[in-house]
Amino acid sequence: MTADDAAPPTSPVVRIAGVDKVFARGDQAVTKALEGIDLEIQSGEFVSLIGPSGCGKSTLLRIVGDLISPSTGTVTVNGKSAERARRDRDYGMVFQAPVLFDWRTVEDNVKLPLEILGQDAATRTARAREMLELVELGDFMKHHPYQLSGGMQQRVAIARALAFQPSILLMDEPFGALDEMTRERMNSEVLRIWEQTATTILFVTHSIPEAVFLSSRVVVMSPRPGRITTVVDIDLPRPRNEDSRESRRYFELVTTVREALRRGGGTADDGATIDPASVDRTMAEGAVG
Amino acid sequence: MSASAGPTLGATLGVGGGLGGGLGPRPGRLSRARTVRSVRYYLPAVVVFIVAIVGWELIFAVLRFESFLLPKPSAIVAALQANWSGGRFPLLPSAIATFQEAILGLSIGTGAGVVVAFVSARWLTARGILLPLAVAANAVPIIAFAPLLNNWFGLLNPLSKALMAAVLVFFPVMANVTRGLVQVEPGALELMRSYAASDWTILRKVRIPNALPYFFTAMKIATTLSLIGAIVGEYFGGANSVLGRLIVNSASALKFDITWAAILFGAATGIAFYLGVVVIERLAIPWAAAMRADS
Repeated sequence: MTADDAAPPTSPVVRIAGVDKVFARGDQAVTKALEGIDLEIQSGEFVSLIGPSGCGKSTLLRIVGDLISPSTGTVTVNGKSAERARRDRDYGMVFQAPVLFDWRTVEDNVKLPLEILGQDAATRTARAREMLELVELGDFMKHHPYQLSGGMQQRVAIARALAFQPSILLMDEPFGALDEMTRERMNSEVLRIWEQTATTILFVTHSIPEAVFLSSRVVVMSPRPGRITTVVDIDLPRPRNEDSRESRRYFELVTTVREALRRGGGTADDGATIDPASVDRTMAEGAVG
Repeated sequence: MSASAGPTLGATLGVGGGLGGGLGPRPGRLSRARTVRSVRYYLPAVVVFIVAIVGWELIFAVLRFESFLLPKPSAIVAALQANWSGGRFPLLPSAIATFQEAILGLSIGTGAGVVVAFVSARWLTARGILLPLAVAANAVPIIAFAPLLNNWFGLLNPLSKALMAAVLVFFPVMANVTRGLVQVEPGALELMRSYAASDWTILRKVRIPNALPYFFTAMKIATTLSLIGAIVGEYFGGANSVLGRLIVNSASALKFDITWAAILFGAATGIAFYLGVVVIERLAIPWAAAMRADS
């Protein structure tokens, strides 16, 4: 699919076919969040979902991860239903909030999924150390989450998501709450981890620069009801680094994505007033609970 | 930030704070700086307390109030020494007996509160039935039941006093623990769902640890309530060497210095009880105290 990825595309890891999502909020009028979503993600790809606030990109990610179910359409992950894939622990998830448990040390937070999977203590310890060294937090294993900065907490969340070697990593605006400089550092970090682990990543963001810098493909969505308007192949050469952010091709691609967003009816939205993740989440709760 | 929102019910129940959280320095590194800081923090309170006691003593010595209105601190101390463990008003054995009733009541009330909290956290219907009932029951001045309990379980039976304490303790424990079990960060539940974790695993790894700070907040309220329950139960009759009887009997014998000494004993017991819970909390969930200190 992408120009620079050497390996030829294999069978898709994720296949989304004809997905609609309608939220019914009590007696009130229904809200159509997603309409006619078709998307395939190949193994080892880094795909970003971008769109204006409330376009349903987080909803789509949650549907892929089987946290909510689609109204119509199907999601197939590794040839299985999304629910089967979740039960098989195919997903690693990173949310906007790090969701770390304060009563556990950093190390024990990373071990949590391994405990649930029933791995033995020696494996858990080795794996947690390995993952924390991957996110360069090897010196903070015995700390508690509240002793870490926001960026460090999010790195722990990433280490935890990778700990059980999921075949796909779902990241829902993981750096949305971080300042610009930390965010750029985290972007480079994620790229490095992605290259080292060869994980498939589906990434939700409302930052155009972030999407372009990270992705092999950027999926542009329209305002509600969310539809896929354009898919932009990001042929920025790899390995990408801070210099990539200053290359001409980078700015061209940023412009392409921005124009695609504008054509779709969305405003380029680097400074959203409403947090789209929280909007989606509230609606999801209204529908489920 | 991260998972625990922290217990807030203490304030709602109107007791909470009190001697709350900040009990001296956290041991470990920087302990010297912390000692200095905590001395600076507590010094004004200690000074005011000493000045008040000395002032009380001096004013009463100068103005010569009748001692049945309010005995001088020195008279109370003298009564304390004279009646420490013997005579008609043995303070220490009485305080121990009352403390035993309170601790029995605390155990019964806490046990029942925790069980009901787990049931109502697990089943929505149970919560729908139990919570309004518990709130309604809590609005009743439960102390009014003391004579009934004495009647049901026997005037001389310590159990009648312990049950008074248990009834008082039940509600805050039940309400706080339910809240701790239920009010889990939504993201934490999504995370556990993504691991395909069972309800049992979620209970063990998320809900119970999340509820622990709420539990200890409730326990700090409950220690005081259990002593109140036991002493009030004793006011309505019972064996003589308990604090409540000692207060009633010494007052009717116009031995107010002894009454005050008994109240002092009750206060000391209450504070010791409370501090005991604080120590257990520190040992059981050290991270919660550290979090408070850091924020």
